[in-house]
Parts: sequence; C-alpha cells; structure tokens
Amino acid sequence: MAKLYSKKPVAAPNMLPKKETIDFLLNYSKALKIVKTHNGTFESIAN
Amino acid sequence: MANVVIPDAVLVKDYIAGDENSLSILIKRHQSKIYGFIYSKVTDRDIADDIFQDTFIKVIKTLKSNSYNEEGKFLPWVMRISHNLIVDHFRRNKKMPMYRETEEFSIFSIMTDNSPNIENRIITEQVESDLQRIIGELPDDQKEVLQMRIYQDLSFKEIADLTGVSINTALGRMRYALMNLRKVIEKNKIILTN
Repeated sequence: MAKLYSKKPVAAPNMLPKKETIDFLLNYSKALKIVKTHNGTFESIAN
Repeated sequence: MANVVIPDAVLVKDYIAGDENSLSILIKRHQSKIYGFIYSKVTDRDIADDIFQDTFIKVIKTLKSNSYNEEGKFLPWVMRISHNLIVDHFRRNKKMPMYRETEEFSIFSIMTDNSPNIENRIITEQVESDLQRIIGELPDDQKEVLQMRIYQDLSFKEIADLTGVSINTALGRMRYALMNLRKVIEKNKIILTN
C-alpha cells in the first residue's frame, strides 16, 4: 500500500548537463578576467 | 599506480591561481549531483541547464574575484548558489508562468482565441447600429450627456462644466436618458445582446 502513496522520483540517476553548457562554462572561465581596483571591480571578456 | 583524488579545496586554490583545468575537474566531479538537484526541483532539462550554467557563472566570478572564503566546503556552497537560483526561477515564473507542451498537457487546453468570429462581429455591428439609432431618438439634452459619459468617458463634473448645468442636472439627464432607452428597447422588443 505504501507504494501507492510514494512519489516517483523525478530525477533520473546520473543526469548530466549538456556538453555545450560545460564547454560554454570552461570557455567563459578562460575568457573572463576580473580586476579589482580602489574604485571597484572590473570584468572583461576576451574574445 | 594509485589513483590520487585531489581535494576540492586544492582544486579551488589552483583555479584561483590560474589553473583552468582545475575548474574542469571540479565541474566534472560534481556536475551530476548539482544538475540532478536542480532538475529534481524544476523538472525541465532546458531550465535545469540554464540554472546549472548560471550557478557556475556565479562560482567562476566569485573565485576569480577572490571573494570565496569557504575552503573545504565547495559542493555545499555551489548547492546553495543553485538553490538560490532555483528560488529566483520560481519567483519569476510565478509572475510570468511558462507552459510547455508535454504528452499529458496540451498548450491549447489553456490557450483560446478570444477574437470574435465573423458571426459575432456581424451581431456586434448590428447591436451597435441599433443602439445608435435609439440614442438618436433621445431628446438633445439627454443624448448629449449620455454620449459624453459613455462614448467620451467624461466625468459628471466635466459634463456639468461643458454643458453649463449643475452636476445634479447632468446626473438627472443621464438617468432619464437610460430610462428612455430602456422604454424604447422594451417597447420595440429590440435584442441588444450577442
């Protein structure tokens, strides 16, 4: 009976983000430069 | 050869020092847990991907700006960021819900075309022209107040000022205009609905 009331888990095991998402993040990380100065923090993205 | 697992704290330190490969190891190590956690809440792969991406953009920015101060607790910290982004997503979605077509749910069950069809348009035009004709039959003072109130959306104060009478007189003219309209409609058995 208990099974009837239990919720089916929505997350399938070993779900992974898309390869494109990971690639984007790694490229974004490589391109991002953050410089801290007295006036504030500056971000720049190298193309 | 023994497989040495580099601790998260060391990878974080290396990444802050400029080793981009450390981030790749961190993402690969924790992607399943983080993505699974996000997906279990949002139950949509694309949204889960977006939140996963936003989570790591925050992680990258925080680490690169040397603002990270939770050594040794990398995963709980990332999970907290994703949790906050999930909350933001639901808050945004409450204001502007997004529906997606699935096997059990058709978008057309909540979408309707409210624009009138040809028949309804013809009926509406007929009703409007009938009404215009009846209004045309009203005495001029009543007609004037009714048109200003209904078609020009003026207040009774404005109508009173424009017609040079008191507000009570304008109200009285409107009342008589409506009474007379009802009388004509009933007498001629005109149907003014669609």
